[in-house]
Amino acid sequence: MKKNLARYIIIRLFLTIPMVFILLTIVFVVLRVMPGDPVSSMLGGHAPEKVIEQKKKELGLNRSMPVQYVQYLWQVLHLDLGESMVFKEKVTKAIADKLPATIELTFFGMLITLFAGVFMGAYAADKRRTAQDYGIRLYGIVVYCIPVYWMGLMLQLIFGIWLDILPIAGRIGARTFASDFERTGLYVLDTILAGNFTALGDVLLHLVLPAFTLGIVLSGIFVRLTRANMLDVLKSDYVLAAEARGIRHRKIVYKHALKNAFIPILTMMGLQFALLMAGAVLTETTFSWPGMGRLLLERIYLRDYPTIQGVIIVIALIVALMSLLVDITYAMVDPRVRY
Amino acid sequence: MKYSPASGIAKLISGFTGLGKKYGLEWWILVIGALIILAIVSMAAFPGNIAPFSPYDQNSGPQLAPPGPVHFMGTDNLQRDVWSRIVYGSQTILRVAVLAAVVSSVFGIGLGLISGFSGGWFDRVLSLIMDSLYSFPGLILAIAFAAMLGPGVINIMLAVAVIYIPTYFRLVRGQTLTIKEELYVEAAQAIGSSRSTILWKYIFPNVIATTAVVFTLNVADAIMTEAALTYLGLGLPPSIVDWGMDLAMGKKFLPSGQWWLITFPGAMISLLALGFTMLGEGLAEILNPRLLER
Repeated sequence: MKKNLARYIIIRLFLTIPMVFILLTIVFVVLRVMPGDPVSSMLGGHAPEKVIEQKKKELGLNRSMPVQYVQYLWQVLHLDLGESMVFKEKVTKAIADKLPATIELTFFGMLITLFAGVFMGAYAADKRRTAQDYGIRLYGIVVYCIPVYWMGLMLQLIFGIWLDILPIAGRIGARTFASDFERTGLYVLDTILAGNFTALGDVLLHLVLPAFTLGIVLSGIFVRLTRANMLDVLKSDYVLAAEARGIRHRKIVYKHALKNAFIPILTMMGLQFALLMAGAVLTETTFSWPGMGRLLLERIYLRDYPTIQGVIIVIALIVALMSLLVDITYAMVDPRVRY
Repeated sequence: MKYSPASGIAKLISGFTGLGKKYGLEWWILVIGALIILAIVSMAAFPGNIAPFSPYDQNSGPQLAPPGPVHFMGTDNLQRDVWSRIVYGSQTILRVAVLAAVVSSVFGIGLGLISGFSGGWFDRVLSLIMDSLYSFPGLILAIAFAAMLGPGVINIMLAVAVIYIPTYFRLVRGQTLTIKEELYVEAAQAIGSSRSTILWKYIFPNVIATTAVVFTLNVADAIMTEAALTYLGLGLPPSIVDWGMDLAMGKKFLPSGQWWLITFPGAMISLLALGFTMLGEGLAEILNPRLLER
C-alpha cells in the first residue's frame, strides 16, 4: 500500500518535468521570435550600430538561437535565471524579493475563496430549488463575470474613499517600517515572529481589500463545484441512513456530506491555482502590491527579457508544484488513485 | 385558420413561454443572456444613433462632470462624454473577443480532430504541449504575447486567441477518441471511405455540436481577458475607444472620488461577459438534459 503511494508520487513528479520544460521552451521562443529587438529598445532607437553589437555580444545575443537555448537551459538547471538587462541585479534576487508578497496575497485570497465558496455551495445544495439556492447560484454566475481589477477598484472606491476605513495601496502604512520585522518577507508571519502586534494589525489591514477582491471573484467557481458535488452526495444512501438514525440534519450536511464532497473540490483546486495566479497579477497592479505580477509588468514595459522569462518560469513552477501537491494529497485521501 | 401576423406572433410567444415551462430557470437564463448580448450588439452596430456625442469630442461639456441630464454617465477629464465612449467602445471589445474565439476554435478544433484521429507520437507530443499550456495561467501568457506583439487590434486578438486553443483541443480530441470507436465509423471504414471522408463527414459533425457551449463561454472569458490586457495598457493604441482603457484612465481619478469614470466601463465589461456566460449556461443545461435532474 505504502509502496504504491510512493510509486505514484515518483511518477507524478516525473510528469511535471516535461510540463515545465515545454513552457520554458515556449517562453524562450516567443520572446525571441516576436518582433522587437531587446537591445535596441534598451539603448533607445538612436544608439550607434557598434554599441548595439557590443551590447549584444555582452548579453550573448549574437550567438545562434539553438546555442542560446542550450545555454539558457544549462543556466536554469543550475537555478540561475541570468542577470537583468536593465538593472545590475540577478533575476533570482528580484524574484526572491517579490515572491513572498504574492504568496501572502494568494494564500489569503484562496482562504477566503474556499470558505465563502464551499459554505455557500453546501448551503445552496441543502436548500435546493429554493430562493436561497437560486440566489447563491446567481451570485456564482455574476461574481464569475466580474473582472478582478474592476472588483478591486470598486472596493477601493467604497471602503477606501467613501467610507475611508481601509487602505487601498501597498502592504504597510507610512508609519510601519518593514526593516523592523522583516525576515521571510511574509509580513503576517514576520510580525508574529517579531511579536510586533501593532505592525501585524497594519499588515492585516492592508491585506483586507486585495485578499477579498481575489477571494470573492474566485469563489463563484467553488460555489458551483461544491453545490454540484454536494447534490450528488446528499442523494447517497449513507445520508439517508444518517437521517434515519436521527442525526441532526445540519450535522449530516456540513460534517458528513461536506467531507465527502470535498475530495473532488480538492482536485479542482489544483486547476484553479492557475486562475488564482492570473488574478493575483491583476490584483497586484490595482492595489500597488509589490509582488510578482507588478514585477512582470514593470519589466515588460522596460523590455527586460531575462526577468520576464524568469518570472514566467517561476510562476509555471509554482503552478506545477501546486497541482503536484494537490494530486499527491488526493492520492493519499483516495486510495483508488494510482498509476 | 387564416394566417395573420398577429397569430404568428402569438404562436411565437406561446412557443416561447412553453419552452420556459419545459426548461424552467435555465430557459430564462438563456433568454436574459441573449437579450443582454442583443442590446450591446445593437450598440456596436448603430453607435451613431445611440451615442449623443462623438467619442473623441473634447468639447461635449464641462470637465469631469458627474452624471446629469445631458451626460447621464458624466464626462471625463478631457471633457468627453462617458456614455458615448461606452457605446463606441462596445465595437472594439466585441470584435476582439468574438474574433479571438473564432480563431482559437478553428485552430483548437482542427488540431484536436487531427491529433485524436491520427494518434501515435504526433498525438502524444501535441497533447503534452496543449496540456502544459492549459495548466499555465492564460492571462499571464496573453500578457507575454501582447507585450511582444505590440499594440494593435489584430495583435491583441491573437494574444487572446492563443491561450484558448488548448481548451478546444482537449475537448475535441477527447470526443474524437470516443467517436472513432463508434460502429458507424467502423462501417464507413468497411465500405472503403477515405480517411479524410471519415474525419470530415462522420466525426467532425458529431464533435462540432459540443463546442457550441464552450464557444459561448469562451467569448465571455475572452471579453475579460481583452479588457484586462487593455486595462494593463498592453493592448491598443490610445486612438481606439475601449472599455478597458477607459477603466485604466478612470483609475487615476479614483482618489479624488470621480466614481463614474470607473463604475460604468467596468460594469459594461461585467454585463457583456455575463450575457455570454448566461447564454452558455442556459445552452449547456438545455442541450444536456441529464444535468436538469439536479
